[in-house]
Amino acid sequence: MSKSDLIIRPDRRRFLLGASGLVAGASAFRFPTPAIAQGAPLKVGLMLPYSGTFGRLGQFIDNGFRLYAEQQGGKLGGRAIEFVQIDDESKPESATDNMNRLVGRDKVDIVVGTVHSGVAMAMVKVARDTNTMLVIPNAGVNEATGPLCAPHIFRTSFSNWQVCQPMGKVMFDAGHKNVATITWRYAAGQQMVDAFKEGFTAAGGKVVEDLAVPFPEVEFQALITRIATLKPDAVFAFFAGGGAVKFVRDYAAAGLSKSIPLYGAGFLTDGTLQAQGDAAEGIKTTLHYADNLDGATNKTFSEAFLKKTGKEGDIYAVQGYDAAALLDIGLKAVKGDFTARAPMVAAMRAAKIDSPRGPVSFNKGNNPVQDIYLREVRKGQNVKIGVAGKAVDDPARGCRA
Amino acid sequence: MNAATFAVQLLNGVQYGLVLFLVASGLSLVFGILGVINLAHGAFYMLGAYLAYWLSAYTGNFLVALIGGTAIAFVIGLVLEEVFVKRMIGRDHLAQVLLSFGFILVIDESRQILFGKDVHSVPPPDWLKGSIQLTELLSYPIYRLALCVFCLIVAAIIFFVIQKTRLGMIIRAGAENRDMTRALGISFDRLNRYVFAGGIALAALGGILVAPVSTVFPGMGDGMLILSFVVVVLGGIGSVAGAAIGALLIGLTDTFGKVFFPQVSSILIYVLMAGILLWRPNGLLGKQGH
Repeated sequence: MSKSDLIIRPDRRRFLLGASGLVAGASAFRFPTPAIAQGAPLKVGLMLPYSGTFGRLGQFIDNGFRLYAEQQGGKLGGRAIEFVQIDDESKPESATDNMNRLVGRDKVDIVVGTVHSGVAMAMVKVARDTNTMLVIPNAGVNEATGPLCAPHIFRTSFSNWQVCQPMGKVMFDAGHKNVATITWRYAAGQQMVDAFKEGFTAAGGKVVEDLAVPFPEVEFQALITRIATLKPDAVFAFFAGGGAVKFVRDYAAAGLSKSIPLYGAGFLTDGTLQAQGDAAEGIKTTLHYADNLDGATNKTFSEAFLKKTGKEGDIYAVQGYDAAALLDIGLKAVKGDFTARAPMVAAMRAAKIDSPRGPVSFNKGNNPVQDIYLREVRKGQNVKIGVAGKAVDDPARGCRA
Repeated sequence: MNAATFAVQLLNGVQYGLVLFLVASGLSLVFGILGVINLAHGAFYMLGAYLAYWLSAYTGNFLVALIGGTAIAFVIGLVLEEVFVKRMIGRDHLAQVLLSFGFILVIDESRQILFGKDVHSVPPPDWLKGSIQLTELLSYPIYRLALCVFCLIVAAIIFFVIQKTRLGMIIRAGAENRDMTRALGISFDRLNRYVFAGGIALAALGGILVAPVSTVFPGMGDGMLILSFVVVVLGGIGSVAGAAIGALLIGLTDTFGKVFFPQVSSILIYVLMAGILLWRPNGLLGKQGH
């Protein structure tokens, strides 16, 4: 973390600081600075979860973004950048305030964030209202590049629809006619399961039951017992982070992995495989990335990320990395002049990123068009075993941009 | 749902309830005796799980993690009581909330520095690995059954101490009427310290025991804290027996709620709490005056 970082932790910390009058003092004596003076560093607001369930994911996105910027000599499109960091804690209820703080008080030029879909929705709304440029490096909520799409809102990750719809055909072709689904009852989980069902029923399969637990609860035992009574041919699951680890372990401990194969959105087995251990072996998932993906770009990226952080890069790091790459392309096209918004946006829309995950371009909702891989967990790695969908394009339903 | 499945779900519910009881009993004791609201209870639960991860990775022995982790938590509890909590007794609840909120921040940040943000898992001890085949498809991990047994043992110890020992008599008297107990010449200073440390140790013990069936991750204590409060309020503040009944009720409600009423399962336990509080405003076994 560089010295120039302004670290703002919202809510509880601010509350405590506020009590001692520090925040009030600091902001009252702050001189207004012209935000868009050419040559001045471009302010990039990183609004990510640095704590809580998604804390690790936020950190990887952050590291990925910074890695790309460092590779360009701390610049994007030749323009020096400065980071303003804010911990969104994956709390939708404080998302609007946090976003307004970045845009209003800190006067950032570009916001990059976030992981949680509910928080991202609030960010999209503020970005639309204030015409702020937003790059979403993870949250897959369909609306962001669907009904709420806007020219200045980009996504470098995926849409929930995109990663799950191809799985429907994969599972049907594997001979699973009756499938149960399980997820957290919240927007992302619902959309992933719906997209899977769309693909699965279109292929001719039948969903016997949709199971759900409240987010972010991790007590799965009752529903695992339920699955054993339903006896479906297979299960499609979406969980992430600590919840994914617990579900996969519980599922294996209940002996179900032997008789009812587990499939899922890639997040089920991504980033937490070490903690899942043997329980995860054999699980098949779809995602726009896989461990040890071939390709020179992925190799260089993985080595650089490992060197910078001491940790193996993952899809979250890639999404952060590509967010910086996309901004780099946009800023290069206008020679760092951020005020030239229209040509910059046009360049970003037309961008062809040679991403570590493979080629990425953008659709009319600014959602990436990309290959979705079928992976299987083998010896603690998400190994690519095929392509579930080539250049999968989210339908961008409801987008009138 | 056939009888076998029903029995398995019953087992799920009871097992969940027992874990809830283990964690919530500490909260109930601390509030009942010290009158202190400890918001950091969930954070200590998380701390226990991380200690289990750390100690068992370091020593390779879960039993060491179990005893060592609980002991560490107990000592932390003693120190915190002496340095901070002591000053909060009898103070306004807002001050207590603020203090224990501070504990949460410190514990979270320490966890961050010591263990980072990664999700971890803890292997159960070798002699409790494996599982029992329950139905054609479903097997039950032996560790989960052992967890039930262990929770029952701890519950039995707590009840023995509270019902049969002099210390327990003082605890009961203190929960019933603190001023009268004090007037009879009982000093609360040492009692408070041990009860607080014991409460923290119970939270950590819960985290340690759950670690092998759960996973260890930041924020795992948040949900547990809320459920613990529900258990305590439901059972009657300060009543350990009430906490036991409350915990089992919640475990069963949650389990069967998820099966029979999946759409509303998340609110069922709160509906249960509201209903019971309407019927008995002081909780199931609560006394007037709290």
